[in-house]
Amino acid sequence: MPPRKSVAKPDLLPDHFLRWFAMRGWSPREHQLALLQMARDDRSALLIAPTGAGKTLAGFLPTLVELSNLSPLAGRGRLESAANKPGEGERIIETPEFAEAPPHPSRTASAPASPRKRGEGKNALVSTGRTVQRTGGLHTLYISPLKALAVDIARNLETPIAEMQLPIKVETRTGDTPVSRRARQRRYPPDILLTTPEQLALLLSSDDAPFLFSSLKRVVLDELHALVTSKRGDLLSLGLARLWKLAPEMRAIGLSATVAEPESLARFLVPQPPGESVSADIVVAGGAAEPVVEMLDTKERLPWAGHSARHALGEIYDLIKANKTTLVFVNTRSQAEMLFQDLWRMNDDGLAIALHHGSLDVAQRRKVEDAMSAGKLRGVVCTSSLDLGVDWGDVDLVINVGAPKGASRLMQRIGRANHRIDEASRAVLVPANRFEVLECRVAIDAVAENAQDTPPLRTGSLDVLAQHVLGCACGAPFRADDLYNEVRSAAPYAELSRVDFDDTVEFVASGGYALKIYERFARIKQDASGKWRVTNPKVRQMYRMNVGTIVEDTMLKVRLVRGDSGKGKKGVTGALARGGRMLGQIEEYFIEGLVVGDTFVFGGEVVRYESLVEDQVYVSRAHDKGAKVPSYMGGKFPLSTYLAERVRKLLDDERAWKGLPDQVREWLSLQAHVSHVPGARELMVETFPRADKHYLVCYPFEGRLAHQTLGMLLTRRLERARARPLGFVANEYALAIWGLGDTSHMIRQGRLDLAALFDPDMLGDDLEAWLAESALMKRTFRTCAVISGLIHTRFTGEEKSRRQVLFSTDLIYDVLRKHQPDHVLLRAARADAATGLLDIRRLSDMLTRIQGRIIHRELDRVSPLAVPVMLEIGREAVYGEASDELLAEAAEELVKEAAGFEEMGS
Amino acid sequence: MHAETITVDMSTVSIAGVTLAADLSGALYWEEQKLLVVSDLHLEKGSSYANRGVLLPPYDTIATLGRLGAVIARHDPRIVIALGDSFHDRDAHERLSPANREVLSALQMRRDWIWISGNHDPALPPDLGGTVAEEVAIGPITFRHEPTGAAGEIAGHLHPKARVSTRGRAVERRCFASDGTRAVMPAFGAYTGGLNIRDAAFARIFQTLGFVAHVLGDRRMHAIAASRCC
Repeated sequence: MPPRKSVAKPDLLPDHFLRWFAMRGWSPREHQLALLQMARDDRSALLIAPTGAGKTLAGFLPTLVELSNLSPLAGRGRLESAANKPGEGERIIETPEFAEAPPHPSRTASAPASPRKRGEGKNALVSTGRTVQRTGGLHTLYISPLKALAVDIARNLETPIAEMQLPIKVETRTGDTPVSRRARQRRYPPDILLTTPEQLALLLSSDDAPFLFSSLKRVVLDELHALVTSKRGDLLSLGLARLWKLAPEMRAIGLSATVAEPESLARFLVPQPPGESVSADIVVAGGAAEPVVEMLDTKERLPWAGHSARHALGEIYDLIKANKTTLVFVNTRSQAEMLFQDLWRMNDDGLAIALHHGSLDVAQRRKVEDAMSAGKLRGVVCTSSLDLGVDWGDVDLVINVGAPKGASRLMQRIGRANHRIDEASRAVLVPANRFEVLECRVAIDAVAENAQDTPPLRTGSLDVLAQHVLGCACGAPFRADDLYNEVRSAAPYAELSRVDFDDTVEFVASGGYALKIYERFARIKQDASGKWRVTNPKVRQMYRMNVGTIVEDTMLKVRLVRGDSGKGKKGVTGALARGGRMLGQIEEYFIEGLVVGDTFVFGGEVVRYESLVEDQVYVSRAHDKGAKVPSYMGGKFPLSTYLAERVRKLLDDERAWKGLPDQVREWLSLQAHVSHVPGARELMVETFPRADKHYLVCYPFEGRLAHQTLGMLLTRRLERARARPLGFVANEYALAIWGLGDTSHMIRQGRLDLAALFDPDMLGDDLEAWLAESALMKRTFRTCAVISGLIHTRFTGEEKSRRQVLFSTDLIYDVLRKHQPDHVLLRAARADAATGLLDIRRLSDMLTRIQGRIIHRELDRVSPLAVPVMLEIGREAVYGEASDELLAEAAEELVKEAAGFEEMGS
Repeated sequence: MHAETITVDMSTVSIAGVTLAADLSGALYWEEQKLLVVSDLHLEKGSSYANRGVLLPPYDTIATLGRLGAVIARHDPRIVIALGDSFHDRDAHERLSPANREVLSALQMRRDWIWISGNHDPALPPDLGGTVAEEVAIGPITFRHEPTGAAGEIAGHLHPKARVSTRGRAVERRCFASDGTRAVMPAFGAYTGGLNIRDAAFARIFQTLGFVAHVLGDRRMHAIAASRCC
């Protein structure tokens, strides 16, 4: 289906809207009119537009126009002029004095007293004989991935509503909304409700969901491209399916950045009929100026490895200085921390440079955002925490430090520098090492071609479905047949098999175990008429406490206290007794890897780990220049398949090297000379000795996650081949395995066959055996266990320590895997492993692609191409299941200091 | 595919002059007495949670009994002591499936079986087979559920586990904790969590950090100084 061309009809916007546009000096944009037309034609639509295109207003215009046009006969007061001005309280949202709402003017006109309400005509309920129907009521639901965004959008909507004096009530509903207001919203809904996918799920699970949503005309889904890539998207899709049932007239508007497959994304917005695939109409906002993207042409020597881009610090600083406001994106929090510190160390001009990332305290982040909006900052070093959200002040430059990882991701980041659509965004890419130069080069080409690499639409996961099934039962009893059909109208679940559905319902009911002994503990049961219903009110309570799909790593609070040691120069520690200032939060697994006294960078400074008390990590200021433990989080997003392919093509095409910096070109030429530069479809394997070990390095270019999995599996195979592997390290491009066996010699003698080593059959038994003990798989399972409701993380009253939850799900995984390997939760976890932390699907595609195309080079020393990954050794954590080795090392120390423990070995 | 693969690996622990073998499974074996001790089986923990709405897989009892069967088969002990908290709650024994009850009876055949009472299972009925006792003393050794710190005591209750960190990576495993005079055994049950040996509860028993964690690795035992753990 080609994107629909809109024919702007003059009457799409009422006069007072046209006057308002004129007053602001705007004229309605074509895509805004297109959406109005589609609303009039009663069609759902996907709007694809870059930042700054007036996307949000476009999404709300149809609603604003409809609500201002409704005649009193339809149950709404029409407001022609200021004569009919509503009270101020009607449009102001989220004001605390709004606790008990005054009657809505539009609903007082013809409202008979509600049978449900004690109030006098607060809601217009009309009996239709068999049922009660409402006039007015909730008209539009807006859903955003960030609650902060919902709040900001509400604020932004105030302007047109106030200036045109529209009789429209807008409210937000987030996790922070007080209980009293939530209750009121259910009884007296606003015209427009702004909320999140989790809150929608909660609303749908209440028994007055039919009452609340039957009047719904429109749902607006913001940042849809970001929502649909995660399990939150699955949850949202199931919520939409429910809404289509409750409000058959509801139409959807999706707002999205540019994606690779708009047709597929547009399926999300309309109910999928069985066996068919239908999409909403697509509107593409044009006219965005081409962004200007360059790679930093550094005067310094380009590093071989690492991600800090320290070599380019001075140049980054100069760029910040030369521009009004610069956003400096990096890929990980630790990089953000380090870069921020380094910039301040050289900040002789005292430029206002701030730090923003997801583990900083919320209040701290808000402060930075506000300063940013107020135009008070010259630079912000940030992570993906600023990828989404409302537009910030006058950002005139985006600097992306490190690998761009994906073309679409880069374009979205670049778009943050553009708040007026007709002005070109400017961006500078700063590669941190030589491989990243290649990645930056192909990313710039991709941006120029407007090539997108957003992931395809997800297949809905079963753990989210389980949560939804329980939510449905909490609302009203359901028939399995009906719910199965309803669920399949959601695009991600269109292909859901009946077996998977039934198993999920069984799981929700009594665990879905082959051993049927939990019937008496069932959470939902079928009644005589065959409908599933909740067995007791506690089940509802548990569901409501635990709704949602964001299972975060266990986070510990980091507090700054005065250290015991520290020579204490004239450290400005301030009054920091015990319980000191909260710096933010940190992943538990990072802290677990530390020993008291280790230093790391956090909150913009080097801190020393002092102690861990329950969920509080106490740290003190360290006076060291560098931190001992370098990183506390790898990059979250792996190199996209698309960019990887372009990098391989670039390597393959020697003529294209002309576009690369001299240093990089020389590096590649040297590689071609001493070894081989891998062809676009080849897998190159190099083997060489170094010190007393033998190395095998391969270059799949499939991202760190897939390489880690490959490393695990290859190590097992090499062990069987008696190559005595000791460890491996992976980066985005390559994998290096080292060991005691001389792999070159083994290959020469035919004792090690590379084709067999890389045979895709490793994804059979080897994978199974490894998954049994893989810590990553256990983390994946834990997420499924929490989302599906097997394990609760939140209880009424006290919160059970998440630490306990993590431990017990590992035990559950072991037992379940052994006794019921096809259990629905294990299936869900396996599906996640295909794309998540283990990236098995990508590995499998690669292994298939390179069959018969393995190029081996036996070298007498490390090759230029291998240097970057070799330098990661000792810098990155070495992965492996070698727990025994680690324990043995600790035991060794005991033997050394053997005295004092005579009881040993006697 | 689901065969038990427990390598026979043991490390020796001396308590009050008696030498015992700390088994990789988490059991303790006293060769001279042909006596096997396991602690904190927590049978039917899964169904106990299910009763409260958390539908854990109902396979923990069979898993625990399976591992117990394997270690019994390996040592063929004359006496088995279950060191308390053998059942997760007071009614847990009533929820034992007939099949699991039979497995248990088979394990009890041809040997003395002693159930030490624990805080989770203070009143075990006689029809479970074996003898119920508060504590058992054999030679210089006293077996009881809750550790008091007395010399010659072998206890359970605390579910000791040890954590070791090196170069940013941590490993955490169940362990025996012993200073040569007394010992605390790891929990044997499939769903049993653990308490870090650096917790104050262990300081009350051992007084100092001068004790050793005999850590259950993946394939072998490791004796690590408590002071080295974190």
